[in-house]
Amino acid sequence: MGLVNGSNNDEYVRLLGAWPSPFVLRTRIALNLKRIAYEYLEEEDTLNSESVLNYNPVHKQIPILIHGNKPIRESLNIVMYVDETWLSGPPILPSDPFDRAVARFWDVYIDEHCFTSINGVAVAKDEEERKAAIAKLEQCMALLEETFQECSKGRGFFGGDNIGFIDIGFGSMLGPLKVLEKFTGVKFIHPENTPNLFDWADRFYAHEAVKPVMPDIEKLVEFAKLKFNTSIFK
Amino acid sequence: MEDEVILLNFWPSMFGMRTMIALEEKGVKYEYREEDVANNKSPLLLEMNPIYKKIPVLIHNGKPVCESIIQVQYIDEVWSNKNQLLPSDPYQRAQALFWADFIEKKVFVCGRKTWATKGEELEEAKKDFIEILKTLQSELGDKPYFGGDQFGFVDIVLIGFYSWFPAYQKFGNFSIEPECSKLMVWGKRCMERESVAKSLPESEKVIGYVLRLKKLYGI
Repeated sequence: MGLVNGSNNDEYVRLLGAWPSPFVLRTRIALNLKRIAYEYLEEEDTLNSESVLNYNPVHKQIPILIHGNKPIRESLNIVMYVDETWLSGPPILPSDPFDRAVARFWDVYIDEHCFTSINGVAVAKDEEERKAAIAKLEQCMALLEETFQECSKGRGFFGGDNIGFIDIGFGSMLGPLKVLEKFTGVKFIHPENTPNLFDWADRFYAHEAVKPVMPDIEKLVEFAKLKFNTSIFK
Repeated sequence: MEDEVILLNFWPSMFGMRTMIALEEKGVKYEYREEDVANNKSPLLLEMNPIYKKIPVLIHNGKPVCESIIQVQYIDEVWSNKNQLLPSDPYQRAQALFWADFIEKKVFVCGRKTWATKGEELEEAKKDFIEILKTLQSELGDKPYFGGDQFGFVDIVLIGFYSWFPAYQKFGNFSIEPECSKLMVWGKRCMERESVAKSLPESEKVIGYVLRLKKLYGI
C-alpha cells in the first residue's frame, strides 16, 4: 500500500490488533481504503500487554490506532477518525447528516445485536439457548437484508458504489458468521432468504481493501475451537 | 421553509435529556411529545422507531433519527452555526466519542442496579458505580467541562444521570459526594446552563418515579 502524506498526516501510524478480531479487521479495512501505510502489531495476550494497558487503560482492549503518539480506541471511532483525518481517499461515511445518522444507527445495531447474537450462539450452554440465539441472529440478517436494499439504492454496497461505514461494520462479521455456519449447519446468509446480502458478501470479500486482511476461515475455525470450549465446537 | 422538529420522549429518560439539551443549545424550535412508554406507545413512535420502539426519537421534517448519542451528533451537524458541541479536531472528537461510549456502556446499567437490586448484588453495584464515576472524574481533571472550557458533547451525554444521582443514593443507601466531589461540582456547574436546567427533571420527581417502578416490579 502506498504511503500518503497529508498536512499533519505523515506522522507514524501503528495499529495494535489481534488477527481473529472482527473489530481489528474494521480498522485495517479503513486504513487500506485510504491507502495508509501503517505498522501492524499483533497482540497475542491483550490483557497482559504493556502497550495495550498503556494506550487503553480503561478497557484494556484492541484495536488501538496510534497516530504519532495519540491513541484512538474503539473500532468504529477509529474508522471515523481515519475517515476524517485522511481526506484524500474515498469517503467512508456519507456527507449528508441524515445518511450519517442512518449509517451510525446500523453499526450500533450490528454491534449490540448481531455481534451479541453471534457470541450468544458460540457460548450457548444448551440447545435451548443456542436455538434462541440462532433465531435472534436470523432476525438480524432479515433486517439487514432490508437495510441493504434501502441503503444501497441499487448499487453494490451499503455505502453505494464503494464500501462505506455499514459495509465495514457488518462485513467484519462475515468471518464469525461463516464459522458459526460451519458448526451449526445453519446458513445465516443464504441465496434464497437473503439474496442481496449473499451477493454483497462476495463483493465485499473481493474488494481490494478487504481481501488482503480478511482472516482465513479455516484458521478462524481452529481459533474458535480453542477459544469457545462449548459443545458446538467439539 | 421552516424546519419541523418533533421529539418523542419520556420525561425521566436520561437519554432523552441529551437530545433536549442539544436542541436547546442550538436554539432549535421543537415540539415535545410525551410518550406513555409503559402502557400506550403512540403510532408515530412505533412507525418512526420500528426496530426498538423506544424513546427518544427525533423527527426532523418527517425523517426519524434514533439513539440519543446519534441524535446529538446529528443536531450538531445540521445546526452547525451555533454552540459547537463536538470538537472540530478529529483526535479530540475521537476522545469525546470514546468517553460517550464509556458512559453509554457503564453508567445506566450500573446505576439501575443501585435501586433495582439488593444484598450482595447491590453492594457490588455501589462499588462499581463509584469506580465508574471516579474514572470519569479523573478524565474531567481540573477542566470546567469534559471538553475543556466549553460545555460540550461528553457533558451532554453524562449530565442527565445527575438528576438521577439523588434517587440512586437514596435507594442504594450510599453517598456519591465523598469520593466524587469534583464531579458533583461539575454537575452543579452544568445545571447553571439554561439548556440543562430546562431539560433535567427535578430529582424529587425522579425519586417518586423510581418508587412507583419499585412498587410495580415488587423490588
